[in-house]
Amino acid sequence: MLVRRIRDGTVIDHIPAGRALTVLRILGITGSEGYKLAIVMNVESKKLGKKDIVKIEGLYLDKEQLDKIALIAPTATVNIVKDYRVVEKMKVRLPEDLSNILSCANPTCITRQPREPIKPRFKLVSRRPVLYQCVYCGTLIEEDDIVRQLGGSA
Amino acid sequence: MARWLGRDVVSILDFTRDELLDLFEAASGLEGVLESGRARRLLEGKIVSLAFFEPSTRTRLSFEAAAKRLGAETIGFTAAEATSIAKGENLADTVRMLDGYSDLIVIRHRYEGAALYAAEIAEKPVINAGDGRQHHPTQAMLDLYTVNRLYGTVDGLVYGVLGDLRYGRAATSFLLALTRFKPKMVYLISPPLLRPREEVYMALRQQGLPFQETESLEEVLPELDVLYVTRIQRERFPDLRDYEKVRGSYRVTLDLLQRHAKPELKVLHPLPRVDEIDYRVDGSPYQAYFLQARLGVPVRAALLAKILGAW
Ligand SMILES: [Zn+2]
Repeated sequence: MLVRRIRDGTVIDHIPAGRALTVLRILGITGSEGYKLAIVMNVESKKLGKKDIVKIEGLYLDKEQLDKIALIAPTATVNIVKDYRVVEKMKVRLPEDLSNILSCANPTCITRQPREPIKPRFKLVSRRPVLYQCVYCGTLIEEDDIVRQLGGSA
Repeated sequence: MARWLGRDVVSILDFTRDELLDLFEAASGLEGVLESGRARRLLEGKIVSLAFFEPSTRTRLSFEAAAKRLGAETIGFTAAEATSIAKGENLADTVRMLDGYSDLIVIRHRYEGAALYAAEIAEKPVINAGDGRQHHPTQAMLDLYTVNRLYGTVDGLVYGVLGDLRYGRAATSFLLALTRFKPKMVYLISPPLLRPREEVYMALRQQGLPFQETESLEEVLPELDVLYVTRIQRERFPDLRDYEKVRGSYRVTLDLLQRHAKPELKVLHPLPRVDEIDYRVDGSPYQAYFLQARLGVPVRAALLAKILGAW
């Protein structure tokens, strides 16, 4: 499979196979923004067996945005490319605080009440296994639930 | 040094051991003077909001008594009145209104996180008087104050916490409060369906509380210095069939205490009770729950006075 190198932009490599579309969803990229976008799925990887890759031309994502993809793609590596050259390489790291991405599983949590102008907020309590906790009601959310909520397959 | 002025009270874990001891000292100092009327200038001119979205008698009245003993006025509503408010506006707007009318807001609500949410919205201090199954910090404060009063310490004792450890916020807050002290052992006594939620276990482990679980009160009763009994929180069961399975699954009787307990054992209960403590225990030397209930007033008065800068 041939995917040409990008000139300027962001390459997200080593995404677990099948999760590239979920990565884009977390980044808020729908495809209608006009960026040139390459999505490579289920290709061979030495490290992962199979992996996905996402290349976005003309978009530089900051660390804070990228860290959110660690929720479903903890193995992901990110290359920032300028003029065909990788100018920065980074690994994603689970963010300490998460707001707005996940919703709380507890139906009597204040964040689940539709009439209240409140955003769900979670704090990281464990990296391995991945565990977040609702700031408001204390309910824990595990990796499987996170992946399920974000629309990837566990 | 404790920073009390204007602070919110959302969870008992917001407080250090020293802060709790500091509060106990204030409560003890107030105990003598509240009823004499000599404390009535402390909160003169202040208004305390009592926003009880969920039914409560004891907690609401003890906050009201505490505020009035200190000379403050109270405004607010009961659960029945809150129902009609709820039809009209959301919690955020109600909190903003009370924030504009008063100097401090005491809130009880059926949703977990409601007090933290209110504290984020309000500029004035907010005290959590119970949010769903989650926290009831002022209950834990008065519970430990009672233990401290009875034994002269909270440390070094063997505790049994009996009943609904899953949905009961008083039991949960009591356990979390104990993590601030050095109990010798804490027995969690409950049927499997009523064991603590995972996040509570996590907090107890993280804080290094020495605890063991058992289903049998009889087995551990001889060791206990304090037995904390709670009612099963029927209203918080997601599935009432589970409630039916555990209903009436434990009961503290005078006979049981006389056969197995140390003579100096003290029985606490946040009240109200249903049938988990036999009425015959009331007249026995084991009973400490009426004292506990009474001490709610000086502890809450101390808290109000400290937060509003009067003590
Ligand atoms: Zn929650």
